[in-house]
This record gives sequence, structure tokens and C-alpha cells, in this order.
Amino acid sequence: MGDAIEAARLRRTYRSRTGFIRRRTTEIEAVRGVDLTVARGELFGLLGPNGAGKTTTIKLLNTLLIPTSGTARICGFDVERETREVRRRIGYVFGGDRGLYDRLSGLDNLRYFAELYGVPPRDQKRRIAELLDLVKLAGRERERVEGYSRGMRQRLHIARGLLHSPEVLFLDEPSIGVDPVAARELRRTVADLAATGTTVLLTTHYMAEADELCDRIAVIADGRIQALGTPAELRTHADGRRVVEIEAYGVPDDTVAGLQRLSGVREAAVEARGALQILTVQSDAGVDVQGEVLHALGGVRLGRVSTREPTLEDAYVAIVSGS
Amino acid sequence: MIAIGTLLHVKQLSRSGLELTISLFIPIVQATLAVYLFRSGGESHRLLDAAVGAGMMGVWSSVLFGSGGAIQSQRWQGTLEMIMLAPRRPVLVLLPITLATALTGTYALLATLLWGRLLYGIRLDFVHPAAFVAAAPVVILSLGMFGLLLAATFVLLRNANALANTLEYPVWLVSGILVPITVLPTWTTPLAAALPTTWAARALREATAGGPVWPSVGICAGISLICLALGAFALTHVERRARAAATLALA
Ligand SMILES: Nc1ncnc2c1ncn2[C@@H]1O[C@H](COP(=O)(O)OP(=O)(O)OP(=O)(O)O)[C@@H](O)[C@H]1O
Ligand SMILES: [Mg+2]
Repeated sequence: MGDAIEAARLRRTYRSRTGFIRRRTTEIEAVRGVDLTVARGELFGLLGPNGAGKTTTIKLLNTLLIPTSGTARICGFDVERETREVRRRIGYVFGGDRGLYDRLSGLDNLRYFAELYGVPPRDQKRRIAELLDLVKLAGRERERVEGYSRGMRQRLHIARGLLHSPEVLFLDEPSIGVDPVAARELRRTVADLAATGTTVLLTTHYMAEADELCDRIAVIADGRIQALGTPAELRTHADGRRVVEIEAYGVPDDTVAGLQRLSGVREAAVEARGALQILTVQSDAGVDVQGEVLHALGGVRLGRVSTREPTLEDAYVAIVSGS
Repeated sequence: MIAIGTLLHVKQLSRSGLELTISLFIPIVQATLAVYLFRSGGESHRLLDAAVGAGMMGVWSSVLFGSGGAIQSQRWQGTLEMIMLAPRRPVLVLLPITLATALTGTYALLATLLWGRLLYGIRLDFVHPAAFVAAAPVVILSLGMFGLLLAATFVLLRNANALANTLEYPVWLVSGILVPITVLPTWTTPLAAALPTTWAARALREATAGGPVWPSVGICAGISLICLALGAFALTHVERRARAAATLALA
């Protein structure tokens, strides 16, 4: 048996026309040469900043887009020419609350897609009931989807993606809008699927999720793979670094830029958590930058200051900002 | 599969509050229009004829905006990608949608007749009532298949609505749904002969006012089957083009 997903030098350019009278064509190179191999039963993560080309890569692999150049095969079938064979074997779930018929009930949505995706009529009832149980929507399936919460829609979406028991499952940010408990259940479901032989290609912005789930991860930025390996291998990208984390209130942007210029500092970034900001400063392990950083932050109201070992997230930041 | 798909799309279409309100009022307007346009004629048959014509306009609008609008709104909802992803021929995926629009359009036909009866006392004295009942479903399904051919263009065009808007009135006119074809310039005749709407309108008029119903029904169904074949063929290409041009999704 060959690999579940093989992609070679995949490229995709979007052409969009702007202007009505003076037509101008702008080209966006969303994916610029991606090589990937995912083994059967592997759980593969695709990480990268917004606009990196993750969704485009997935749509190239799941036949929604035709590659500008390069080739891809799913279970040995070419995505461009053997489309129907590929489609029979894949499931696709994307994040957000679109992609469902709002005015139909959850059950009707599943019935319709079961029919479309070729689930044999005699199996439909059982399969739908199983999936409703799995995503914890049993009992609510007769309500219209427009009345569902965001997380419920997302769970319905996942059930839909699993209807025809696909061999390869593409999950594009499946945990958006899902509450922490449901997200944990979702991770368990995904892990179970992979354990029973389903190949999963997952994109997410939650590093902990990727770290926990994925056998291997590719970090993609600017349409190219910048790093690829197991979570442990990726973490070595942040080896020899130390991380200072500072809680602060109202850090001006130019101060952050200033921190980046301090000697020994490799990255500095802020993340807002409500009124609070978390300032993360990565430095070479040998240099103690804490004093200088605190000095540079003079005048800013600070909270807790701590030093820790780098995580996958720090490695990700190092890879992405180094690209 | 087509039956279930059609049924569920009818459900989805008929549950929109706005569209329901519109489709409740438009038949009244159409019935009124029909009555005032033709009251001067005085013949009761002409009146019923006009009401049926107005109803057909409703079916056509529903198919046109349905196949254009349904595809556009599915693009917005993000369901277009999900249905095109099914391991099926694209024609099997889209046909239920256009059939559903034709079926919801039937309601416009019935409602126009009903309002005509209630508000203006148009007598529903069809010359061939049985033929009318038999012909109506055939022509309506035919229009659904014609819609499929339209749908092929709509899948490709990102702003399908604009095209749908420009097609509404000309087709009413050319196919003689409201005014007899004979008053139109001669160059429209071949065009009219090729449109299934012409034959659909004619078949229903013949059932209403007398005439050989079945030839028109047959021609209408025949043209529609050709449309279906063309549409199926076109859709295969269109689907590929759409995947190349990335028009299945909004962004
Ligand atoms: N239909 C489209 N037409 C034109 N440009 C597009 C289209 N879809 C995506 N792009 C562009 O391609 C690039 C890659 O987009 P893509 O959606 O693949 O990113 P992503 O990695 O999924 O990002 P995110 O994390 O925000 O989901 C972006 O610059 C985007 O603007
Ligand atoms: Mg994306």
C-alpha cells in the first residue's frame, strides 16, 4: 500500500481581476512548491500564520482547486484527473459556521449529504445515529441548524465529514468556536480515528492541540514548507533559547520593536488576553536579558514575570519569523 | 438520490421568511396585472388565460432566480463547495436544486390562480382541465431542466445575480407568456421556438382556452431534455473551470 497523501512541487496561483474599466489582473502565489508525504493512518499537522497557504494546500489536495503546477495523489489517485476516486475516499471539514443548510434540521443536513456522498440507504440511519452520538448532537437533530450555536454547527460539520467513513480526512481549523470540553472530545475523536487507520491532515492555530495530536507537523509560511518533523524535532528549533514571559498592561508598539533590537534578544511578541498583555521575549540561553527588558519597559505597568523553557509555540514563532 | 435532494432543497427554499412573504404578494400583483391588462377584452377565457400566463411568469422567475440565486446563496453559505465535493457527476448534484426551484415556482402558478379567483372572481373554467393538471407538472419539470443549463453558467460566474436579473423580462416577452408571440417582431420567432418557456406557456394556454395540448407539451419536454443533456455536458467542463478559477468559494 502506498502513502495516503503524496504531493510534489505543488503550486497554486490565484488570479483576480480588479477594476471594471481598466482591467488589471493581480496574481497571488498562495502555494509555491509544497512537497509532502503522509503515510496511511498518520496524523499530520499543518501550521502556519494567516495567509500562509494552509487552506489552499488542503483545497488542492481535496480536489476543490486544480494545481497551477505540480501533482498530488490521494491513496494513489491523481487529484486532478481521478477526481471521483479521490472524492470517494476523502472527508473535508472546515472551521467556522458556514457550509451547512441553515433552514434544514441537522438530521436533514446529514441525510442529504449521506445521499450525496453515496452512503448506502440501508446504512444511513445507523450511521447518522452513530455520528450524532459521537458529536453529542443526539436529541437536537430535529431542530433547524439556524438555531444551533456555533460549536453545535461545528460538530455537525464534523459528523458530516465522517458520514462516508473517509480514508483521508482533511480538517481545516476544526476546533474554531468549540468550547474547551468539546475541543478535548474532538481531539479524542480525531486521535481515535487516526488510531483506527484514518489518515488525518489537520490545520490549527492552537499549538497545544497540534503538539498533543500530531505525529508530524509541517510549518508553512509564504506558501512554502519552512520546517517539517515530529513535534519533538520541531521543538529543537528553539533549542538554546530561553523565554521570558511578562504580564503587562498597555505596551506601546515601538517599545516591542525596541526590545527586538536589544542584544541577545531573538524574538519579542505581545499577545492580548483581555486587558492584559502577555509579552514573550526569546533570547539566547546564555544571555540573561531580563534586566534589560524590564529596563526598556520602564513606565509600563507590569504583572508577573517568569522564565521558562521553550515550547512548541516558541519553536513555531522562531521558525515563522526566521522565514 | 435526486428525489431526496429535491425534497430537501424545496424545504430549504420554502423556509425563507423574506422569500415566503414575497411569493405571497407577487402572485396578487400578477393576478391584478393580468386582470387589468385584459379586462377590456371582456372574455372570461382571456382573463383566465392571462392569469395562467402570469402564473407561468412566476414559475420562470423562480427557476431563473432559483438556479442563479440558489447557486449564489450556496456559494455564500459555503455549501456549494461541499456539494461539489460529492463523488457524483455535477449534473446529479445540481439537478435537484433546479427542480426544487421549479416546484416552488408551481406555488406561484397556483397562488395566482387562487388570488385571481378570490379577488377578481376569475372563473376557473379550463377547456381541458385534466390536460392542464397533467401538463403543468411536465412543463414545470421541463423548466427545471432548462434551469440546469442556466445553472451551468451560474456556477462559473461569481456574480450570477446580475445575469439572472437581465434575463427575467426578455424571456417573459419572447416566449409569449404575457402577450401573444404574434405581436412581437419576427426576428424573435426562432428564438421563441427554441425556448422551452414558449412551449410551456403555449401548452398551458391550450389547456386553458382550447387547442392541441400534447404537441406543445411534447416539444417542451423534448427541448428540456436537450437542455438537460447540454447542461450535463457543460457542467462537467464548468466544474473543472470553476476549480481552476477558484469560483466555488467566495474567498
Ligand atoms: N479565492 C482566492 N482568490 C484570491 N486569493 C486568494 C483566494 N483564496 C486565498 N487567497 C490568498 O492566498 C493566500 C493563502 O490563503 P490561504 O487561505 O491558503 O491561507 P491560510 O494559511 O489558510 O490562512 P488562515 O490561517 O488565515 O486560514 C492568501 O494571501 C490569500 O489572500
Ligand atoms: Mg485557512
